[in-house]
Amino acid sequence: MSRTDWEVVIGLEVHSQLNTASKIFSGASTAFGAEPNAQASAVDIALPGVLPVLNRGAVERAVRFGLAIGATVAPKSVFARKNYFYPDLPKGYQISQFELPVVQGGAITIRVGEGDKAYEKTVQLTRAHLEEDAGKSLHEDFHGMSGIDLNRAGTPLLEIVSEPDMRSSAEAVAYARALHALVRWIDICDGNMQEGSFRCDANVSVRPRGQEKFGTRREIKNLNSFRFLQQAIDYEVQWQIERLEDGGTIQQATVLFDPDSGETRMMRSKEDAHDYRYFPDPDLLPLVISEEWIARVRSELPELPEAMKARFVADFGLSAYDATTLTASKEVAAYFQATVDAAGKANAKLCANWVMGELAARLNKAELDIAASPVTPAQLAGMVSRIADNTISNAIAKKVFEALWNGEGGGSADAADQIIDQQGLKQVTDSGAIEGLIDEVLAANPKSVEEFRSGKEKAFNALVGQVMKASKGKANPGQVNELLRRKLQA
Amino acid sequence: MINASLKTLRAALDARQISSVELATLFLDRIQAANPALNAFITVDRDGALAAARAADERIAAGQAGPLTGIPLAHKDLFCTEGVLTTCGSRMLANFVSPYDAHVVAQLKAAGAVCLGKTNMDEFAMGSSNENSWYGPARNPWNTAKVPGGSSGGSAAAVAARLAPIATGTDTGGSVRQPAALTGITGIKPTYGVVSRYGMIAYASSLDQGGAFAASAEDCAPLLSAMAGFDPRDSTSLERPAEDYARLLAAPAGDKPLAGLRIGLPREFFGPGMADDVRAAVEAALAHYRALGAITVDVDLPNARLAIPAYYVIAPAEASSNLSRFDGVRYGHRAAEYGDLNDMYCKSRAEGFGEEVKRRILVGTYVLSHGYYDAYYLQAQKLRRLIAEDFRAAFAQCDLIAGPTSPTTAWGIGEKTDDPVQMYLSDIYTIAVNLAGLPGLSQPCGFGADGLPVGLQLIGDYFSEASLLNAAHRYQQATDWHLRRPEGAA
Repeated sequence: MSRTDWEVVIGLEVHSQLNTASKIFSGASTAFGAEPNAQASAVDIALPGVLPVLNRGAVERAVRFGLAIGATVAPKSVFARKNYFYPDLPKGYQISQFELPVVQGGAITIRVGEGDKAYEKTVQLTRAHLEEDAGKSLHEDFHGMSGIDLNRAGTPLLEIVSEPDMRSSAEAVAYARALHALVRWIDICDGNMQEGSFRCDANVSVRPRGQEKFGTRREIKNLNSFRFLQQAIDYEVQWQIERLEDGGTIQQATVLFDPDSGETRMMRSKEDAHDYRYFPDPDLLPLVISEEWIARVRSELPELPEAMKARFVADFGLSAYDATTLTASKEVAAYFQATVDAAGKANAKLCANWVMGELAARLNKAELDIAASPVTPAQLAGMVSRIADNTISNAIAKKVFEALWNGEGGGSADAADQIIDQQGLKQVTDSGAIEGLIDEVLAANPKSVEEFRSGKEKAFNALVGQVMKASKGKANPGQVNELLRRKLQA
Repeated sequence: MINASLKTLRAALDARQISSVELATLFLDRIQAANPALNAFITVDRDGALAAARAADERIAAGQAGPLTGIPLAHKDLFCTEGVLTTCGSRMLANFVSPYDAHVVAQLKAAGAVCLGKTNMDEFAMGSSNENSWYGPARNPWNTAKVPGGSSGGSAAAVAARLAPIATGTDTGGSVRQPAALTGITGIKPTYGVVSRYGMIAYASSLDQGGAFAASAEDCAPLLSAMAGFDPRDSTSLERPAEDYARLLAAPAGDKPLAGLRIGLPREFFGPGMADDVRAAVEAALAHYRALGAITVDVDLPNARLAIPAYYVIAPAEASSNLSRFDGVRYGHRAAEYGDLNDMYCKSRAEGFGEEVKRRILVGTYVLSHGYYDAYYLQAQKLRRLIAEDFRAAFAQCDLIAGPTSPTTAWGIGEKTDDPVQMYLSDIYTIAVNLAGLPGLSQPCGFGADGLPVGLQLIGDYFSEASLLNAAHRYQQATDWHLRRPEGAA
C-alpha cells in the first residue's frame, strides 16, 4: 500500500499560560526565573489548612478567549479535582475543570500552505478550561535525589482542546500558530514557548482514507516548538502507518518526543493510565459569569484578526492573501496599521508591499521581531509617501530604506526626507533636464538607436537603462520612457 | 474562678480582682494536674499562654479589653497555630509546626484570648470517640473509663473538667455536638460558611465547620462571635455582616421566655435505637421547654435515615483527596527507609496514618473511581439535597427542631473500636445537620442510668444561631444541668 491510502487525524490540546501577575488560586507572583521556591506561597506548597481563592483575572482572560473564538462562555462552570500523586503536585490533586468547562465550542480559521496551494480551513474547538500548573521536578544537581521547585505550581493555564479536525502536520502547525497568534493578540498569554508559556499535546491517529471510524490515537506530550510539533507528528504518523502495514495494531498510549533522535517513545500505555477520580472541588464555589461581565469583556476586546483582515480587504483594497499575512500576528498588524495611519489609506497597498517585502526580509535576516524594527512605522510611512508623490522611485526607495535601517536621517518621523535631501536622491522630474540626458545618451549610442529604428524593441530598454544610469537612478522612469520614445519617433 | 462563667471572669479581670496571668496560671496548673488522667491536651503552651496573658493584662489596664481579652481557651489541634505544634491527632503531623495561624486562631488572638494549648482529637477529625488519636484516647471527666465522644473529644473533656473555660472544635458529622453531649457541656456548630475554614485542617471540606464549646449557651455566644465572620481566604465563607450571637440573651427572662416558640420533633429522631435513659432525659427537657412557653409539634424528616450512608460516601470521598497532600515530600512524616518514590509514598502514608483514616481514604478512593462515581458519589449528593429539602419543609412548620444529640450516653473505651459501623451509627442524629449545612447545638439535659450526661440537640434554620443560643439559654436559666460538674472539677 502506498502512503496516500492513509488519512492522518490530529487533534491538539494546548496549554496556554495566562499572563496574570499572580497565580490562579494564590497571591504569589507568576514571574518567570526566580530562585526555586521563592514564589511558592503557603497555598502553593499546600500546607495543611490552606484554601484556594480564584483569581478573577484568570477568568476574565478565559472569557476573552471564548469571545474571540465565538464560543459559548458558560454562565456556570465547575472546578474539579484531578487526583494523582507526584512530588511536584503539592496537594496530590490538580484543580482543573472537567464536566463543565468555562469555554465551550468555538472555531478558528487557519491558512495552510503557500502560494497557489494555500487553502483556508476552519478548525472546531471542543472546549477551553481553566486549571493550575504543577511545579517542576529537578533531577540534576541532587545526588541520588530530586529537587522540587514549586514556583510554577498554581500558575494559571487555559487548556484549549480542538476537535480532531486536522489532517496533516502542516494543518496542525498552522492551527497551533493561529492559536499562538490569537492568545497574544487578545493579550492573555505571552506566548513564550521557551519558557513553556504555550505547550502542545498532539493526539495522532491514522485511518484508511474513506473509513469513518477514527484509528486508535497516541498522544504526544509537551511539544514546545512548532518545529518539534511538525517533526513529532511526522515521525508518529510514519511509525503508525509502518506498524499497521506490517500487520500490527496501535495501542492507545501517551508518548514523548525526543528532539535529539527525532523519535517518539512510549511513556505509558492506556493500562497504566491514571484514574484521576475527578470530582467537584468542595473548596470552590461554581464559577458564575454574569451577562454583564461578558458584555464588558466583549466591549474591551481589541479588533480580532478575522475582522481586521476583512477590513483590510474592504477598506484598503488588499488581497485576501496580503490581509492574512498582515494579520498573522498582532505586532505585524499593529505595525502595518500604524504605517497606513501615517501614510494615508490611499497608500495602503504600497505600505503592505513594503511591510511584507523589504521590511519582513530584513527583519528575518537580522532575526528581529517587528516590534524591535529599527525602522519605525512613521519612518516607513514617510518613505512610502515620497514614493507615492513621485519624489523617489521604488529603486531609490530601496536605498532610502537601507539608510533608514542603518539609523540615518536623524531617527525622526521625517528621516526619509532627511536622507533624500542629504543624499540628493530626489527624483528628477524636470522634462528639460531629462531631455538633456536623453540627448547625451542618444548621441553616445548611435548603434542602439539604429537597432531600435530597425524594429528591435530590446534596444529601447537598453537606452532607458543608459538614461537612468546617467541620472544616477534619479530620473523618473515613466518620464524617461515617454520622452525617449517621443524623441526616437520624432 | 475555675467554675466561673465568662461574665464573672470578665468582671473579675476588668475589676483587677485577678490578672489574666493569674487566671492562665490557674488553668495551666489544673491541666498539669489533670491531663495525665484525661489526655485532653496534646500540647500545652505554657510560655505562649503566659506571654498572651501578659499582653492581655496590658490591654485590660489600658481599658481596651473586649469580651474575650484575658480569657483562657483551648484550640482543637486541627486549627493551625503559628509556632506551635499542630498534629491533627496524627502521627503524620507529629512534627508539624505551622508557620501561620488559622483564621479562627488569628481572630481569637486579636480578641485577646489566651490559648493554653491544643486539644486531643480523633485523627484528622475522623471518629466519634477520640480513640482514633495517635496520642491516645482522651477520657471522659465523668468517668475516665468512658470516651468523651469525638472527634473534638479533647476540647469537650477540657471544658467539662474545667481545664479551660471555653474551647474551639470542629463539626463535620457531629464532632462538636456529640462530645458536648457526652461530657455534659454546651456546644454549637453554626451554619456552614459562618466560620472560616482557612487554617482548619480539612477532613471533608463541604461539611467541616468550626464550632464552640463552653459550659453554657451564654458562654458559647461570645466565643462563636469571635470565631465567625467573612474571610476572603475561604471561598465558602459567607459574606455577611458580623453578628453578636449574645444579642438576644440579655432580655429579661419572665415566666414564659419561649412563649410561642414552635419546636419540631422529628418522628425519625424518637424511634427505636434511642436508649431509654436518653429518651427519658430528652422527654423531660422537652416538657421543661413547654413549661417555658414553647409548643412542640411533630415533623417528618423522611430521608434522615439516609444521612449516614450519604455521609459515609461524601466525607470519605473528600477526605481521600484532602489527605493526598500528606505525602512525606514537603512536611510531616516520612518513612526512614524506602526504595523509590512510590515506596516512599506507601511507607510514609502507611506509617503516618491510623486505621480509621486509612479506611476512609480507601472508601473515598473507591467511591470516586471510574465506573463507581455515578453510583456512589452522585447518588449521595442527591440524597444530600433530599435531606436539605426535608429540613426546609420541616422549618415551614416549626422554628427549631429538637431531639437527642446521641442515641446513648458515653460508652466504654474500647467498646466499639472493633465495629466501625456501630461507631458510625452513634452520629445518627447529628449527621443530617451537616449534610444540610444547618446550625445545631447540644446542651446538657440530665443524666443517664450510669450517671453520665445526656445532651439535647437543637437544630435551627440557616443563620438562626442567635435564636438557638437564646432558646438554650432560657432553658439553662431555668435549670442547672449545665452547672453540674464531674468530680474533681468542682
